Order: sequence, then C-alpha cells, then structure tokens
Amino acid sequence: MRVLVVEDDKEVASYLVKGLKESDFVVDHAADGKEGFMLAASESYDVMIIDRMLPGMDGMSIIKAVRAAGNQTPVLILSALGEVDDRVEGLRGGGDDYLTKPFSFTELLARLEVLIRRARQTSETETELRVADLEMDLLSRSVKRDGQDIDLQPREFRLLEYLVRHAGQVVTRTMLLENVWDYHFDPQTNVIDVHISRLRAKIDKGFEYPLLHTIRGAGYSLREN
Amino acid sequence: MKINRLIRTSTFQLAIIYMALFATSVFILLGFIYWATAGYMADQTDETIEAEVLGLAEQYQRHGLNGLVSVIRERVARDPNGKSVYLFTARNRVKLAGNLDQWPVEVLSKESLSEEGWLNFVLEKENSPWNVDRLVRGKIFVVHGELSLLVGRDIQELMTVKKLIERALSWGMGITLAFALMGGVMMTRSMARRIEMFNVTSQRIMNGNLALRIPTKGTHDDFDQLAANLNMMLDRIVQLMEGIRHVSDNIAHDLKTPLTRLRNQLETTLLMVKEPEAKEEVGKALAEADQMLATFNALLRIARLESGGKLTHVSEVDVSALVLDAVEFYEVLAEEKEQRLELSVAPDVQVNGDRDLLFQAISNLIDNAIKYTPAHGTIKVEVETVGVQVIIRVLDSGIGIPESEREKVFQRFYRVAKSRSEPGNGLGLSLVSAIVSLHEGRIALSDADPGLCVELTLSQVSHIPMRRRLNGKQSSSA
Repeated sequence: MRVLVVEDDKEVASYLVKGLKESDFVVDHAADGKEGFMLAASESYDVMIIDRMLPGMDGMSIIKAVRAAGNQTPVLILSALGEVDDRVEGLRGGGDDYLTKPFSFTELLARLEVLIRRARQTSETETELRVADLEMDLLSRSVKRDGQDIDLQPREFRLLEYLVRHAGQVVTRTMLLENVWDYHFDPQTNVIDVHISRLRAKIDKGFEYPLLHTIRGAGYSLREN
Repeated sequence: MKINRLIRTSTFQLAIIYMALFATSVFILLGFIYWATAGYMADQTDETIEAEVLGLAEQYQRHGLNGLVSVIRERVARDPNGKSVYLFTARNRVKLAGNLDQWPVEVLSKESLSEEGWLNFVLEKENSPWNVDRLVRGKIFVVHGELSLLVGRDIQELMTVKKLIERALSWGMGITLAFALMGGVMMTRSMARRIEMFNVTSQRIMNGNLALRIPTKGTHDDFDQLAANLNMMLDRIVQLMEGIRHVSDNIAHDLKTPLTRLRNQLETTLLMVKEPEAKEEVGKALAEADQMLATFNALLRIARLESGGKLTHVSEVDVSALVLDAVEFYEVLAEEKEQRLELSVAPDVQVNGDRDLLFQAISNLIDNAIKYTPAHGTIKVEVETVGVQVIIRVLDSGIGIPESEREKVFQRFYRVAKSRSEPGNGLGLSLVSAIVSLHEGRIALSDADPGLCVELTLSQVSHIPMRRRLNGKQSSSA
C-alpha cells in the first residue's frame, strides 16, 4: 500500500509517517504544497493524505489539479480546527473524506482503509453480501444467518449493510453517523452503542460465535473471529 | 407605577415626612394669623365694652341712678343704629333704659340676674333695633345689688369676618396640603420611575441580557452618574466574562493537541497490552480521554459558531424529515427507559439553514429530554407552522428547570443543580442556542408542567409560486 502524506507540520507529519509505517504502508512525505503536487502528479499511490493549509500551494488546489489531470486516487483531507465546518467544501472540491485535526490515528486508519477498499471495488453493484454464515440480500432486503431469517428494521438493515461492506475493518462511530444516518454531528450520548447492541442482539444472540465486535477506543468491526 | 408600590418607595416615604413637616409649619403659621386677627378683633370688642361700662360706672358714681339712666338714653338716642346695646332694668326686670326691650333668653333662663359676667347671645330682630338677627356680646353688671345693667356690642360682623378668616385659612390649609401631596407624588413618581428603570434594567441584565445598559437622561445629575457608573461596571463584567470565555476557548484549543496525542498513545498501548485487566483499564482511560476531547470539541465549536456570525452552508432543509430522523436516532434510548415518545410533526416544513447544525440542535434537545425524564415518562416532539414561522417543540415530563435558572442554562458549563449527577458537560444548550441564533431564530424555555418545554422558532421558507409573488399580491413579510 503506497500512501502520500502532504503535511507541513513536522510533528503531525512524523506521527503520521511513523503510524502508517507500523501499519504496513509505504509512505512518501512532502512538507509543502508544491513538492506534494509534484509527487502526486508523478507517482502512483493507493491513497493520499493532504493537509488543507500548506505553504507554497494549498491542499485544495493540489486536489483540483490532480483531479483535472484525470487522477482518481482517493484523497483524505486533513484540516485544522478552524475549518471544521468546511467539510462540505473539501468534499465538493474533490476530496473523498475529511478529517479534522487533531485526529485519532484509529479514525484516520479506518477511513484510509475504507477509501482504499472503495477504490479497488469493482463498479458492478452487488446484490448479495456475505460474511461467514451471515447473508444479506439487498434486493429482497432479507437477512439470514446460518439459514435462519433475521428480521431487521430499515435503519438496522442499513447499519448492518455498512458493517458488512466494511467487514474486517474497523468502523468508527463517526463513520457510522455519517454513512448510515447521513448527518455530520456529535451525539451527546452513546446512542450508537445502543443501536449496535440492538443489532447484535438480532444477529449474534443464540449463534455459535459473535460477528459484531467492539474495538475498544476505536469503534466496531464485523468479522468472523 | 401602581399606587401601593409607590407608597412603598423610600422616596414617597420621605415626601410624606416632608409633607407632614410642611403641613405642621403651615398650620402653625395660619394658626398664628388667625389668632392675631380674630383674637385681636374680639379683644377690641371686649375693650370697647369695658370702656363703655367704665364710662357708665363713672356716670353712676357722679350722678347716681338717674344720671346713669339719662346717659344710657342719651347714648341710645345719639346712635340709634349703632353697634352698642344697652339694657338697664330694675329688680322686677322693668326696663329703666336701653335699646333692648327685654333680657335675652339666655339670661332669662338663669335663676337671677345677680350674676355678673360676659355672655354672647342672639338678638332676634323683633327684639332689636336693627330688624335682623344679630350676634351680640355683652357684659352684665349688678348695680346696687338689685339693678341689672347689660352693655353689649353687636359682633355679627366680627363673627362674619372671623368665619371668613377661618374659611380662608382652612381652604389655604387644604390647598397647601393638596399641593404638597401632589408635589410629593409627582416628585416620587419621577424619582421612583428612574429607580424602577434601574431595577428593571439590572434585573434583565442579571437574567442574561448582558448587552443591555441603563439609559441615561443626559442631564448629568446624580442618577445619570449612578447609571454611568453601573454601566461602566457592567462593561467591566462583560469584559471579564469575555476574557474567561476566551481563556477557556484557548485552553481547549491548546490542550486539544496534547490530549489527542495522549489518546493516541493510549490507543497504541491498548494494542500492546495482552492481559485483559490491563486492557480494561487502558480502555477506561481511553474513554475518559474521548470524553474530554468531546467537551473540548463542543466548546470550540460553540466558540466558532458564536464568533462566526454567519452560516456557511445554507440549503433548504426539510425540518419535518430532519426531526423524524433525530427522533428515530434517539428512540432506542427512550425505549431503554420505557418512555413514551409522542410525535406531532407537520409534514414538509422547510427552512433555510445548515442541515447538520440543525440536526445537532434538535438531537441535543431530544437527548436532554430523554436524559432528564424518568423511566416511564413521556416526551413530546412537535413541529408546526404559524404563519411564516416554524415552531419546533420538545417537551419532557422530567424535573424541569426552575424559572430563575432558565436564562443561565444557556451559559457554557452551567448545569442545574439537580442534573449534576447526570452525564453531560453543560454545553448542550449553549450549542443549541448558538445554532439557533446563527439561524436568526429564537429559543424559549417554559414550564411543561411537569417538566420542561423547549421551543425553537425559525423562519419558514415561503412556498409561494413565483408568478404570484411577481404580481405583488403577497405581503412583503412572506
């Protein structure tokens, strides 16, 4: 996995580079906008992490230029605190996801994985999803585990679908809010946990082994072991 | 101002005391005038009578009884319409001389005429030389132990004058008092009004409207100075509060990065430790760090929203759908507590605004309602349109917020005493309030009896077809 990090803040950059290397990424780092653009335009990466505020050339301009050249590499935009509500702008400007500094590394990693996987996925739309003995039929909107029918509410179905599509990855609470509920906000209480535990009661309870795991300090993951 | 409240003011009490003093001095002054005039006139009469009597006595001593009789007759004849009254009678009350035919009734009723002394009596006109009833003051003498002499003077005029003076004085007194009272009330009123203005304004400022200032009249009087000083004090307080807010925002800003680093280290540690107990502990620490980060984020977000002053991502938002989404999201929490959620949401209500921020505001309200309503309670969520306004209400059946604290709950970190045990950071309503003012809406708290009713008012997007708007049939407010 090759990743480009365009970040001028030394501390953030070294933290990112170190963390990514530990997670088995091959990392290139650029400390200013121009260098970042040169690398992005000449090399090929699986994913790019680009800070918005850069010396030389700002992050949004890099993304626009790269996209104009027909490069569709997924981009995760990093932004400083003051621009937290500029998400929309960042996503409209060609970014694929958006993270506000300071961020948790888990969150960053989870989002990177989603971006990479999405880019690799064949464009054909699947109608059947499967993890271990759990099957989802997206057309008839039915769910089976171990051959037994499981009855889900529409929202629970969407939640499970998102988890299944990202099976094996860590999915953070924020990602669930944005993708399943489609709102970017900060719930004051752990409502997501309650939704998850309800889903868990339906798909795990009474079965041989659990599929829906809580990853402490990060989020959730749907996987076999 | 109501009269009973006016009476309670210290200004009025002062005015009353002043009025009492004033009235007393006026009373003394007028009393003196009365005494000086009326008293003087009465004394004059008495002296005149005394003088006459003295003259008659002299005659009697010089010329005896006959002399006295002739002098009396002479005097009566000299001045038939005069003011003097004489009656000289023998023991059997036979008149010897004088211009009265008989003794006045007041005297006749007495046992004998041997009593000397002053008396006032009414002289009926039949009995008098003047053909009118007159008041007479007289003195009775006993001459020789058997002859009675009455010398009197008509004091009718004196009495009239006295009455006039009395009337003038009592009127004067009354008018003075009335003026003093009116002056007192008016003075009190204008003073009390200004003091009231001070009180009302400071009350409103204490209730959270910190931008208010006490109005000055521009007269530079002591009230104006007091107002100016109070206003300067308020400016100072606001500055200090701004300072505190600034500091807390800065702290949040500066601490966020190290806190995030701490969090990331905990994350790394969590991956490294193998013992379940240690994992548990690190996990708890992580959750704590997340909680702190969430508080900082909320604080910074409020600061940004409040300082931004303008919405950046405005679109037409379907409030009805948004509220239903929020309810659906939080419903699971209500179910856990076995609470009833009652919805009354008008369909298809649109406002211009930031979808995510509005969702944040509404979800904060619903979250609070669920949090502060006991198990088996009821929560109502309502959306309705009133003219061009959209009203969103969230009612709970919890403990509510005492009226005195309703303004304060919008302050950062403010928590009602009863709710401190609940999880939360005291920023939820501050955030709602910031979002609502960015949308140029209003937020109001009231009593849901029991519980709290939070009401948001926003402006509806008008759905008037372009054609009709162009025809000018729509009022400009739509």
